[in-house]
Amino acid sequence: MIQAFKNTLQIAGKDLLDFFRNRMELVAFIIMPIFMMVMTGYIFPSGTSLKNIALGVVENDKGEISQNIVTVLENMKLGDKNDSIFLLERQPGNLEGAKEELKRGNLNAILIIPEGFSSNMERGQQGILTLIIDQSNPQISSILTGIIERIIDGLASKVAIEKLVGMMATELPTDKPAPRGSTIAPSLQSQPNPQALIKPFIIKTEGLVPGEQNYFQFMAPGIIAMVVVMAVMIGLAASISREKELGTLDGILVAPIPRLCIILGKALSQTTRGLLQGSIVLLLSIFLFGVKIYGSIPLVVLLLFLGVFSFIGLGILISALAAEQETAMMIMMTLTFPMIFLSGVFFPIEQMPGFMQIISRILPLTYAIEALRKVIILGAGISSLGKELIILITFGTITLAIAVPTFKRIITR
Amino acid sequence: MSTIEVDKLTRKFKDLVAVDHISFKVEKGGLFGLLGPNGAGKSTTIRMLCTLLRPTSGEAKVAGFEIVKEAGKVREHIGLVAEKIILYDRLTARENLKFFGRLNHIPEKTISERTKKLFKLVKMEKWANSLAGTFSTGMKQRINLTRALLNMPEILFLDEPTLGLDPQTTRAIRDFIKELNKGGITIILTTHIMQEADILCDIIGIIDQGKIVALDTPQNLKSAISQQGKTAFDLNISNPSAQIVSQIEQLETVSLVSQKNDYNLKIYVNSEEAIYEVMSVIKKNKITIKNITTLAPNLEDVFLHFTGHEMRDKADEKVPLDHHRHGGFKARSRVR
Repeated sequence: MIQAFKNTLQIAGKDLLDFFRNRMELVAFIIMPIFMMVMTGYIFPSGTSLKNIALGVVENDKGEISQNIVTVLENMKLGDKNDSIFLLERQPGNLEGAKEELKRGNLNAILIIPEGFSSNMERGQQGILTLIIDQSNPQISSILTGIIERIIDGLASKVAIEKLVGMMATELPTDKPAPRGSTIAPSLQSQPNPQALIKPFIIKTEGLVPGEQNYFQFMAPGIIAMVVVMAVMIGLAASISREKELGTLDGILVAPIPRLCIILGKALSQTTRGLLQGSIVLLLSIFLFGVKIYGSIPLVVLLLFLGVFSFIGLGILISALAAEQETAMMIMMTLTFPMIFLSGVFFPIEQMPGFMQIISRILPLTYAIEALRKVIILGAGISSLGKELIILITFGTITLAIAVPTFKRIITR
Repeated sequence: MSTIEVDKLTRKFKDLVAVDHISFKVEKGGLFGLLGPNGAGKSTTIRMLCTLLRPTSGEAKVAGFEIVKEAGKVREHIGLVAEKIILYDRLTARENLKFFGRLNHIPEKTISERTKKLFKLVKMEKWANSLAGTFSTGMKQRINLTRALLNMPEILFLDEPTLGLDPQTTRAIRDFIKELNKGGITIILTTHIMQEADILCDIIGIIDQGKIVALDTPQNLKSAISQQGKTAFDLNISNPSAQIVSQIEQLETVSLVSQKNDYNLKIYVNSEEAIYEVMSVIKKNKITIKNITTLAPNLEDVFLHFTGHEMRDKADEKVPLDHHRHGGFKARSRVR
């Protein structure tokens, strides 16, 4: 057992020594993530139409106007189709619970209707609604903010017009003091707020975590996860198939060590490389692009590790099956390239057509990235990551369970 | 006592039978050679015996252990010099040996002692700390040999150990192999070089298209064919055209003609009468004979005798008759 562990470390150590002596590869190793960050950081994709946005509504007010707003949002339809734009989830009085849901990704935004919203307005004050958006998903959030602002504005002017009409109807023809008990007149008589007359209520937007929205902030977790997973997948396949091609693998295979050590050693050296590269991106993001990490760094490392773990099996399988390096690289590229686009590194999954979303939901990278975003951008703790952790571990375990015996069998055909 | 016992070992790659029911034994301390052209099944045999490839059927014991069921035990007792050099270019010679030594569970101290000793034996001590990638093929092969010897194997497998080396290094490596064998290591060697098998091996197995067609000492193999009256002679003439070659070939008493270069023909005959008939063809064409020699049978003749064709790649066999001249050329460069 100890011997097997030692053998694993020896193989990993040899691979890393080999890697660090390859200067060209080292240069590319450092430059690649910088490239990625700079390139992608400046490409901000423009928005498209959305549907079924999960909007949490925290109703702390039961007045007529607030009910009205909620009903209007609920019945918003998309074009001539019958898709609702919003899926409302009412959570009266439970702001903390709603925020937790937002962190988990079950909600896209939260609309807060404050206590006394309706009665304030009746008293002639301006009502203020608050929209909390998810900064880990800037595209969705910016579109969402736009839509909701427009809807609320529209509603507000409707209310304002009704008020004015009512005012004119009571004041102009009779020229008498307004009768008591009218809902509109008292607001005019008590200290009227001209702002409240034109805009009876407004909406202001807040982020889930304080601070400016930064596209790099959104990109960084995705790129880190992608760089690490890709480095490990491609590195593993290349390293096993290269040794196969050079014939040096025979030297290892003919040594009296368990086959498992060979795979583990290779996986270990590649994981080390991957995590190193991931750290480069992370440091670059922090110092060059002003990315802030709101969650805990050990949790980030754990997530990267699990991301790698979920892919190691696949990497081993491919490198066992591919006879030479070129084939292995081709297979890896074919797999990783679409994966990068489908896993939401650059574009939010919500913007993709339905069948693409289904594919995204199968890829473990999607979950690794989502979890990383939650930790880095929203400061989520491990308790909000249950789903992602389970998926990553399950996927990794299943692929490894298939890959290891396959590797053992194929390597001595 | 046999240290290697091979019994009807077979390996198929899809439809191709690479190794076809071969059986042989190697005595402890012996130097066994598998002689055959490329693609005959030599490497496949070695890879199976080294546990790198699983046989389709048949059995083999190496150092007393089953190659399939006790693969781990087999690996503890063998050293391998494969066709491709097993060294990492970006590791120094010493680091390479250290890595493989550790994989073989050799204590660190022993590794460095043996490395020092082995490097001295192959005259590479000066280069111990240079990257293997900077070495010439010959230097690499010498380090490669020390790598295979590091675990002090009972049995050393050498798959074409002198392939691509210059004559000087080839000689040095051959001498080293002899030395090792004298020191008690059992050696299994594959080669397509007749001369190499002849001077090195105690027992030669001639392998062709996956089958062992002859198995004996080089001496016995050679005397077997001379008793059967198979002889050859070398004919040096001024300008052998393709026409003359084919005329000689058509003689009933001539079994094969191979052209080695512009003026040399090697003629295999199956009757004493042949020489007169060849002479008459030459006389008819008014060609001057520069030199004529009768040849003692060598392993090349043995190969020809047992397989019915000259030793060359399978690919070459399919070339049309017209290509024969060049075929002869090729045979020379490869066969020697």
